[in-house]
Amino acid sequence: MAIGRDEVLHIAKLAHLEFSDEEIGRMTRHLSSILDYVAQLEALETSAVEPMSHVESGAHTLREDTLVPSMSREEALANAPEPDRGLFKVPKVIG
Amino acid sequence: MSGLAGRGIGEIQSLVSSGKASAVEICRASLERARSVEPRVKAFRALLEEDALRQAERVDRDRREGRRPGPLAGVPMAVKDVLCTRGFPTTCGSRILKGFVPAYDATCVARLRAAGAVILGKTNMDEFAMGSSTENSAYEKTCNPWALDRVPGGSSGGSAAAVAAREVPASLGTDTGGSIRQPAALCGVPGMKPSYGRVSRFGLVAFASSLDQAGPIGLTVEDVARVLQVIAGHDPRDSTSAPLPVPDYLVSLRHGASGLRVGVPAEYFRAGMDPEVDAAVKSALKLAERAGARLEEISLPHTEYAIPTYYIIATAEASSNLARYDGVRYGHRAAGADRMAPLYLRTRTEGFGAEVKRRIMLGTYVLSAGYYDAYYLKGQKVRTLIRRDFERAFQTVDAIVTPTSPTPAFRFGEKVDDPLSMYLSDIFTVTINLAGLPGMSIPCGLTRDRLPIGLQIIGRRFDEETVFRLAAALEAELKFHEHRPPLDGPS
Repeated sequence: MAIGRDEVLHIAKLAHLEFSDEEIGRMTRHLSSILDYVAQLEALETSAVEPMSHVESGAHTLREDTLVPSMSREEALANAPEPDRGLFKVPKVIG
Repeated sequence: MSGLAGRGIGEIQSLVSSGKASAVEICRASLERARSVEPRVKAFRALLEEDALRQAERVDRDRREGRRPGPLAGVPMAVKDVLCTRGFPTTCGSRILKGFVPAYDATCVARLRAAGAVILGKTNMDEFAMGSSTENSAYEKTCNPWALDRVPGGSSGGSAAAVAAREVPASLGTDTGGSIRQPAALCGVPGMKPSYGRVSRFGLVAFASSLDQAGPIGLTVEDVARVLQVIAGHDPRDSTSAPLPVPDYLVSLRHGASGLRVGVPAEYFRAGMDPEVDAAVKSALKLAERAGARLEEISLPHTEYAIPTYYIIATAEASSNLARYDGVRYGHRAAGADRMAPLYLRTRTEGFGAEVKRRIMLGTYVLSAGYYDAYYLKGQKVRTLIRRDFERAFQTVDAIVTPTSPTPAFRFGEKVDDPLSMYLSDIFTVTINLAGLPGMSIPCGLTRDRLPIGLQIIGRRFDEETVFRLAAALEAELKFHEHRPPLDGPS
């Protein structure tokens, strides 16, 4: 197996996901088979190859710093599960 | 089928702008067609009946008041539910976005509206565009109009099925690894993924930002070109959209294939492919030759590494993009959590489906400490090699032709529990996203069981014109439009 149960549990924690025992077993099997397949990349010699993160489109990535109207507070809060006095309400973070 | 449903964009636009038919009549015909086939096909997540009729009335009023009709005046269209529609739910096929109503239109949707298109509804899709069969929708299964016991392909299965079933002449899909082209192939309609940067991604809910691109599916190559004409072009709200002029695509449709050098990559015609797909694409290549194209065998040597590379890069980007679904600002929130950490955990665990969780897990793993170099960095390097393969090939050819999908439409449930075999459905399409190129699928034949087969035309970056040119020439030779899905009984 390319990945073990404990590692899957660790990744689930990083990804903020929770799985039942049965789901962890299935996830471990599926990820292992995918990673085994991905392992064929090891055969390629790439030490001198530049990595690419995207295909450049010749776009200017910076715009003029001018003020333009943006979404209103009401619109921004319209989908909030729990809006409260113009804010997004969340449970306690610390304590 | 009523006389007005099933017509192409050019015809509708000229009927509406000359006043021979009203946009409202066209819209009603489209809605009637949808009502008659939707119980079987289920392409739409939601029909926006009232709003569609209001849009159509506006088109008619504008014409009466002497305003010049837009290039899509009165054309009913369907939009994949991953593209934001102001005031109308956009769920991405996910429970986590149930009830989410965007405050703005995606730029490509806004451009459709400005051109006079009538948005008939939002189409079903694999959750967050992750899948190749539309079975990963949290809401419903869309059926292939050619065989109702088979998948329409995915992830834009609803957008392809809605066109194939003649509910609309054109639709918008999105394509991260084949999600426009593969369902277009499986449903027997043309569909194009434009070059990365050709169409604004503003308002396209992100899956993998370096690969995602919206594009049209239509009844004919011309319908696809007419829609791309409207949605293409720079958008100041998407810094990756290219500041390039948009050529007149309708002109390129008339240029014919004569003199085009067409590359045929050996790596895309290997064992394992369905023999009927192989035969149909090869006989289409003969037709291309008859139309004046010159075939040339080429090699794209890193093709076999495309799927592993794609599944590293796409899942890494997805795990980061989907971190925003945390139950705070929009979408589902788990009930009863009294601390932040359990709120995140339960919201995401309840809201995401199995395939989305699998990809978030894989993406998190390939980006995690200790594995970043072995997987993510490696994937980025192999992506460079795949892009170079195409750069080299395009030094000697003008376009490349391959099959779109190794098989025709498969049955429901056939691959859904075997993620790797589902991923291999995209083996011929992911390379094009990795390299940022335009790719188009056009139907090129039917199997003995009357399932559509698609072939893919790949062009140079931002050279959609040559793709359209070859597609239109092949379409004229192939005469596929004479075939109809069996929804209306034997013809």
